Amino acid sequence: MPWTKFLIDKTEPGFDEHADQEDRKLTFSEAMREGLDQSLARDENVYVMGQGVDDPSGMFGITVDLHKQYGSERVFDTPLSENGLTGIAVGSAIAGMRPVYLHNRPDFLMLAMDQIINHAAKWSYMFGGQSTVPLVIMAVIGRGWGSAAQHSQSLHGLFMHIPGLRLVMPSTAYDAKGLLTASIADNNPVIFIMHRWLFKHSSFVPEELYSIPLGKGVVRRKGKDVTIVAISYMVIEAMRAAEELEKDGYDVEIIDSRTLLPLDEEIILDSIKKTGRLIVADTDWVTAGASAEISAMVADKGFEYLKMPIKRVGWPNSHVPGSYVLEEAFYPGVDDIVSSVKEIVK
Amino acid sequence: MDITEIDKATLINLYSVISRIRKVQLRIEELYHQDNMKTPVHLCLGQEAIAATICENLTKQDYVFSNHRGHGHYLAKGGDLNAMIAELHCKETGCSKGRGGSMHLIDLSVGLMGSSSIVSGGIPLAVGVAFSSACKKDGLISVVFFGDAASEEGVLHESMNFAAVKKLPVLFVCENNFYSVFSHQTTRQLVTDITARPKAFGIPTYKADGRDVIDAYLKSKQAIEVVRGGQGPAFIECKAYRWRGHAGAGDELKDKYRKLDEWDEWMNCCPLQKYETLLLDNNILTDKIIDTVNSQIDVEINKAFDFANESPLPRKDELEKYLYG
Ligand SMILES: Cc1ncc(C[n+]2csc(CCOP(=O)(O)OP(=O)(O)O)c2C)c(N)n1
Ligand SMILES: [Mg+2]
Repeated sequence: MPWTKFLIDKTEPGFDEHADQEDRKLTFSEAMREGLDQSLARDENVYVMGQGVDDPSGMFGITVDLHKQYGSERVFDTPLSENGLTGIAVGSAIAGMRPVYLHNRPDFLMLAMDQIINHAAKWSYMFGGQSTVPLVIMAVIGRGWGSAAQHSQSLHGLFMHIPGLRLVMPSTAYDAKGLLTASIADNNPVIFIMHRWLFKHSSFVPEELYSIPLGKGVVRRKGKDVTIVAISYMVIEAMRAAEELEKDGYDVEIIDSRTLLPLDEEIILDSIKKTGRLIVADTDWVTAGASAEISAMVADKGFEYLKMPIKRVGWPNSHVPGSYVLEEAFYPGVDDIVSSVKEIVK
Repeated sequence: MDITEIDKATLINLYSVISRIRKVQLRIEELYHQDNMKTPVHLCLGQEAIAATICENLTKQDYVFSNHRGHGHYLAKGGDLNAMIAELHCKETGCSKGRGGSMHLIDLSVGLMGSSSIVSGGIPLAVGVAFSSACKKDGLISVVFFGDAASEEGVLHESMNFAAVKKLPVLFVCENNFYSVFSHQTTRQLVTDITARPKAFGIPTYKADGRDVIDAYLKSKQAIEVVRGGQGPAFIECKAYRWRGHAGAGDELKDKYRKLDEWDEWMNCCPLQKYETLLLDNNILTDKIIDTVNSQIDVEINKAFDFANESPLPRKDELEKYLYG
């Protein structure tokens, strides 16, 4: 959609976890496209569908021209029938296919909740593991240009609540491709949520198909004063905050959760053992969301390591506003992270 | 269909409503690049006559639900122009107080009940309002505008069934502009006659040509008479072409997705131009009246943009205001 063009150009430069490997950099969307391409090539049971996957903009570049390569049987546009098509994808997965169903926004997944939660998530369990649902459902979080309440939601907190789902939220091009491979390979329904503002971010991406295991977080930056667990786009904000804080002598450790179901509890607890302080930064409401769950997990399993109360940086108790001035007030960022750190590190 | 079936005042009013929608859309498009309207706009250029002819047959109190492409619906129902342009400028004086933007227009004073940017989201709401009218016996009818792609959503079918069973006073208006973003209707629907769906629920259906104001007006009139007569819902499919891209100004990728013969056919038939010629030929309008009408509209549009530009932005400390009623 045209207004998102404004956002592409606004996207801040990211960081590169393999900065030493200069040779092969791809943007987030190029990495995703490459991953889909290679997965389609590797396994003929993989197919890709979604509203606009074969259009000239190719789902923000993720699917561009894949239909030309693999034909319209395997890469195809869908009618706007999210619930029905999710069920159809689930059915085909039960029968051995590996569907990848793309959506422009998590907001639109709300039409498909019955099939996702009542069916896909429970299918294996209800039948004693005899039948599985290897399905990937993707959506892209919107932000800015007045996208407003119905086109900017993240909603992963809702999915994190549901047993039987996987929940993946990559923040770099390298991770996007590797986690995509793992998601397609997984025998369970995977909700794969990307942030629109990450799409121009580029990092080293190996050419061959590779996989990053679901449930393994990564330390993006080592530090000893405070642990920031950051989700999706908030990784970028946290990295910038850390640079700023460094000037004032704060030594920040940043963990990118990468996946929320399963959650890498060990990497978080290990870090808190060292720092004694936790901030969780999320692209969603704090109330009963991923940041609440991570905080509760740490209070539960790592209470003895904590020297200070846990802080959360996430969405306030409001819907995403249309007006840009209110957007500024709504979205937390570098400043909020910096002040949270200064509050608990003295 | 015959122009003599419509009285002169109605014909002139229709002209002015359609021209006003057209001019507002063109002005928004012209100024969009200045980035003062930081909101995703979905222009209804080419489709203006549909909203105008439907609303011409409604009372001020009748209810309308709109969608993401809602500027025409809002204006045709009598929505306040200043408040709409201010909303597009994300201002506190906007019709949704700057919280909604282009896709969330509302003017309760004229029965414009709101608009959802979730495709098909407004359909059951309109049926619910019709249900309330049936309970209250207030004699009002409810109208919902939606696109061809919304007809693919299950909720339309569920809503039509319920409305038919309960004989609710609701008019379903499907604006078939052939496209859903870049996808042509034929790639999404095997049966492209959308009225086949309501027929299956026993709902009377009408088809109108959105390029032909007389046809669209008279068909709307028939459909609305049925609904108002207490016979239950009706469904009208109005065809018109989306002249621009899905959102924003222009249609940059047009060559990559449009069917060219279709483009030529539909772009060469401007609903407003055609209607203007018809009115001139029938001596309903003169060049002089046309000039007067259009210059008044221009003045009004200038004022609306001035109003929007001079209006205050929402206050940051009022972010959570309106969360609860
Ligand atoms: C449930 C849902 N799915 C997808 C979208 C994204 N989307 C917004 S408008 C649109 C096209 C809708 O086409 P149509 O209903 O024909 O209306 P038009 O834009 O042509 O007026 C799409 C796919 C959405 N807003 N809601
Ligand atoms: Mg359409």
